[in-house]
Amino acid sequence: MATTEAKRLFTADLIVPAIRASFLKLDPRVLVRNPVMFVTAAVAALVTLLLVVGTDALDVAFKAQLAAWLWLTVLFGTFAEALAEGRGKAQAASLRAAKAELVATRLHGGVPQQVPASGLRAGDVVLVVAGELIPADGEVIAGVASVNEAAITGESAPVIREAGGDRSAVTAGTRVVSDEIRVRVTADPGHGFLDRMIALVEGAERQKTPNEVALTILLVGLTIVFLIAVGTIPGFAAYAGGAIPVVILAALLVTLIPTTIAALLSAIGIAGMDRLVRFNVLAKSGRAVEAAGDVGVLLLDKTGTITIGDRQASELRSVSGASEAELAEAALLASLADETPEGRSIVRLVRERHGLERALPDGAEVIAFTAQTRVSGLRAGGTLVQKGAVDSILRANPGAGETAAATELRRVTDEIARAGGTPLAVARDGRLLGAIFLKDVVKAGIRERFGELRTMGIRTVMITGDNPLTAAAIAAEAGVDDFLAQATPEDKLALIRREQAGGRLVAMCGDGTNDAPALAQADVGVAMNTGTQAAREAGNMVDLDSDPTKLIEVVGLGKQLLMTRGALTTFSVANDVAKYFAIIPAMFVALYPALGVLNVMRLETPQSAILSAIIFNALVIPLLVPLALKGVAYRPMGAGPLLARNLAVYGLGGLVAPFVGIKAIDLVVAGLGLA
Amino acid sequence: MTLQGWFLILSFVAVLLALTKPVGWWLFALYEGRRTPLHAVLGPVERGFYRLAGIDPAAEQGWRRYALHMLAFNVALLLLTYAVLRLQGVLPGNPQGLAGVPPHLAFNTAISFTTNTNWQSYAGEATMSHLSQMLALTIHNFLSAATGIALAFALFRGFARREAPKDSRGGIGNYWADVTRITLYLLLPACLVYTLFLVAAGVPQTLSGAVDLVTLEGARQSLPLGPVASQEAIKMLGTNGGGFFNANSAHPFENPGALTNFVQMLSIFAIGAGLTWTFGRAVGDTRQGRAILAAMMILFLSGVAVTYWQEAAGNPLLHRLGVEGGNMEGKEVRFGIAASALFSVVTTAASCGAVNAMLDSFTPLGGLVPLFNMQLGEVVVGGVGAGIYGFLLFAILAVFVAGLMVGRTPEYVGKKIEAREVKLAVLAIAVLPLAILGLTALSSVLPQGLAGPLNAGPHGFSEILYAFTSAAANNGSAFAGLSAATPWYDGLLGVAMWLGRFFVIVPMLAIAGSLAAKTYTPQGAGSFPTTGALFVGLLVGIILILGGLTFLPSLALGPVADHLAMIRGQLS
Repeated sequence: MATTEAKRLFTADLIVPAIRASFLKLDPRVLVRNPVMFVTAAVAALVTLLLVVGTDALDVAFKAQLAAWLWLTVLFGTFAEALAEGRGKAQAASLRAAKAELVATRLHGGVPQQVPASGLRAGDVVLVVAGELIPADGEVIAGVASVNEAAITGESAPVIREAGGDRSAVTAGTRVVSDEIRVRVTADPGHGFLDRMIALVEGAERQKTPNEVALTILLVGLTIVFLIAVGTIPGFAAYAGGAIPVVILAALLVTLIPTTIAALLSAIGIAGMDRLVRFNVLAKSGRAVEAAGDVGVLLLDKTGTITIGDRQASELRSVSGASEAELAEAALLASLADETPEGRSIVRLVRERHGLERALPDGAEVIAFTAQTRVSGLRAGGTLVQKGAVDSILRANPGAGETAAATELRRVTDEIARAGGTPLAVARDGRLLGAIFLKDVVKAGIRERFGELRTMGIRTVMITGDNPLTAAAIAAEAGVDDFLAQATPEDKLALIRREQAGGRLVAMCGDGTNDAPALAQADVGVAMNTGTQAAREAGNMVDLDSDPTKLIEVVGLGKQLLMTRGALTTFSVANDVAKYFAIIPAMFVALYPALGVLNVMRLETPQSAILSAIIFNALVIPLLVPLALKGVAYRPMGAGPLLARNLAVYGLGGLVAPFVGIKAIDLVVAGLGLA
Repeated sequence: MTLQGWFLILSFVAVLLALTKPVGWWLFALYEGRRTPLHAVLGPVERGFYRLAGIDPAAEQGWRRYALHMLAFNVALLLLTYAVLRLQGVLPGNPQGLAGVPPHLAFNTAISFTTNTNWQSYAGEATMSHLSQMLALTIHNFLSAATGIALAFALFRGFARREAPKDSRGGIGNYWADVTRITLYLLLPACLVYTLFLVAAGVPQTLSGAVDLVTLEGARQSLPLGPVASQEAIKMLGTNGGGFFNANSAHPFENPGALTNFVQMLSIFAIGAGLTWTFGRAVGDTRQGRAILAAMMILFLSGVAVTYWQEAAGNPLLHRLGVEGGNMEGKEVRFGIAASALFSVVTTAASCGAVNAMLDSFTPLGGLVPLFNMQLGEVVVGGVGAGIYGFLLFAILAVFVAGLMVGRTPEYVGKKIEAREVKLAVLAIAVLPLAILGLTALSSVLPQGLAGPLNAGPHGFSEILYAFTSAAANNGSAFAGLSAATPWYDGLLGVAMWLGRFFVIVPMLAIAGSLAAKTYTPQGAGSFPTTGALFVGLLVGIILILGGLTFLPSLALGPVADHLAMIRGQLS
């Protein structure tokens, strides 16, 4: 993984444009956005100027080398940023191809007319038939179609899009594979999903995130402090009866100011967004990615995240007065026409456990499940079998409500619920027979994932429509910290507000229109790409794969982004110690020869010491580019061990590495006779 | 170095640590505005003050209001002091008939005492009348100390506020209530007891003038006396450091013997160390305070070790002349090397500035430690209040730099550290290098500045550097060897003192206000740990790198060059 990633970092088609861009970024108006690098460039310009007009006694070749390395320091910084942007641009190019010159069939008062896609406005209605590309973002208002969304998700299996419900949103650039749909356009040209995505991966709309702003302020502050430290040296030197050449002071300043982190800062941010995009999650802002790292509570939907989506029938429980064989037959009949995974699992259970097999009787009337009755079944040969939630069955059979069988059925179904199952009651001709135990299957390995999250200090809350008994059982089995049963959209919103008032950041994912308020309220709201347009608008991230489990990884990516920034800042600051010990003795040895003892690295000559420090300072930037783009290694663990590890690697490492590096460079510089 | 010396140092630390909790607990009661046993007696006095001044002590102030009231009060006191000093010739309480203080000296001295620096460009007994000492100067010894502690309370509240009620959102306490309570229930009673102890130990306390006497050799001598013990008590407890006599705590009337010396050192650190406990208690986790104290003690003991080692090793130039032993130049034989080394590190780690030995006569590296302590911003225990708020500014930066490494927006004791806090902390921390290095550089090139140092070479440079460091850090200890009573130095040192105090305080208060308005984030397994050994190490590292590295060039050209010349046998 690491090696293929590294290879992808440094291919010629990325590097060459990046080199060109790194020169274009020398424009002072662009450079000033990064104050530390701006100062470095100003210093480089000053040294170059002094190379021509300077009156100091320094060797011209030495000064020329200093100037060259100072410029390289700036260029390495702009190169890192250009490279990070380049990776996004390559992706944007393939997205653009999907958008190229779409033609739309607009229905104007029911009359079809051909218009270019760029002429569509929000509110227009278009007709898209099999084989055509969808011309603009919108909502299906009529019809059902399978749509290939590979252009944005990379997933080639088509998905169903239909009017009404939670699967009505379509995206420009995706292809209708079968059937035809009418779509109401929801985005004006240039403001569609694809346009936003292109802008995002290109980094064109990139704004500094709150943490980035704070870090930039710190770096500017350090630069000012070091400007004071270096700017006062001429005064001190004058007291000692000497003068320090400006070129040397310039070199000292550039090595002390935090050039390393400043050069890599924006590359880290761009790469962080890019990692998310590669992961098929689209963040609408960098702020959302940062917030992901801070999340304290994860709201996870039970179905699809914690349990595999389909429940399996695992047991039949008859009530007294009905035999198990009677129950099995009724359950089988009621499920014969039920093509849902649950229905099929009932047929399978009865076949395997009870050896019963039936074909659909001739002339049977299938009673389909509807949202109103919430009961399904079969009427054949004058007999009626029904299955459904207990309350629904009792409602459908008012006479059965007061019987002893009903009381017993309630007890049985409670037991099932308490064991984490979903009970389905079965009735034949108004007589209660028993219940089917539908078992929720908790995903393998999910318990361990929640354990990891707990060590990271993140609480997990399971959201489910199940009753509290079932929810409690599944919550215990899956190892979540808390659950919200029989959750309504209002409950979800209230839970999020409560957690936020307690100072915790909340992440959730959702797809339906009724999830939209909660998605908007959550600090990190991941909308499923299969979801409604409203949900996709409300969330601050969109998961193109529509995999709710990914929320956990999104948190990891957010943390990795912040960690990378922190690690390189610590490294950069720790570097200063060695640089001081390289340059201070070299600078002052002419004033007080005894100060040569501070040259702990035993660098060859004062000039080679200064040059080596500058070279190290420049070279460390490209050396750290892969780390900045890939992010520091991340494993879920508590903050304590994480800090210990990173502090050892980047703090102590940052202290020691330049001593070794500068010494090595000095050997080369002296060996080649460069200074 | 001797076993006895180390025993003194370690027993000092042990007694200090034992004092931390009781002192911190008392301070916490004042922080909370709780009733103390002293309220029975002093409660009416406190309420009387409020009524007289028309103050509602329960009214919360936002940071701007708090800062404004604090500044107004300090400026008013500054003007009062300036006036009294200038007019002392015509004012009563002047048995020695001293003339008015010249303008530049009055300016310097007024700022010096207002800012808790107590830099003295004059010899007290020959310049200041009793009235000036008691009214114009001693009043600051109490109020500048109380202000420092009040400011620390304000910052604590910023960190500690959980859910501020809507109407007082961002409130950080009431300046007047804080200052009144601290003065009335802590400084005054403690000083009363302390003064009695000093009087018992032989420190004079009288309103009469000098005593003329005939010495054993028959010479006539005038022996100045005065209300010494009372000033001594607050000079130490409030980390003021301005002595009654020019020789400060080296004078036998200020510091008669080993016991008073030990108690004086303890009293310099007592409140500063206690405040670490108060902070921990205020934010609901005393381990937070312990981590801060641990980091302070590591820095402190390292400093003591270097100074004691250097002073005990002595001067190789003298060894070559057959003078054995450590460096006793400028030290009182009553105290010896260990007690002098310890005292000098304590007084500069805190912003006291009292001295019991002449720092100018220390070995170069022995004198580097006090200098470096001050350049760090006196955050090692530090001045009363100022030490801990300075330290917390570094903690904010440390948490910000390293906190990202755990993959969360950095937070400290439950408050998120964001752009605004970073900006203000950087602003406050940059003041010291600007004032110290900038003004030192100016003085080392201009003739007015060059006229100051009595020595040539790196030692002379150290003298200038020390003066500006001591002033900007609000320490007030003198390296000596610098003729500072000139308009140039009086003026610039006054500027340095003002910058070093109020240009740190205002951003600090702004941080307090910003933190107070933030929602508290509960601490969990994912939060940046700020209590363990790891964080202590990180704090020490950040303070040394961010606070210390800036001064490396100046230290290299001063004490380090001086030291290297000495061990090579040159007189520089």
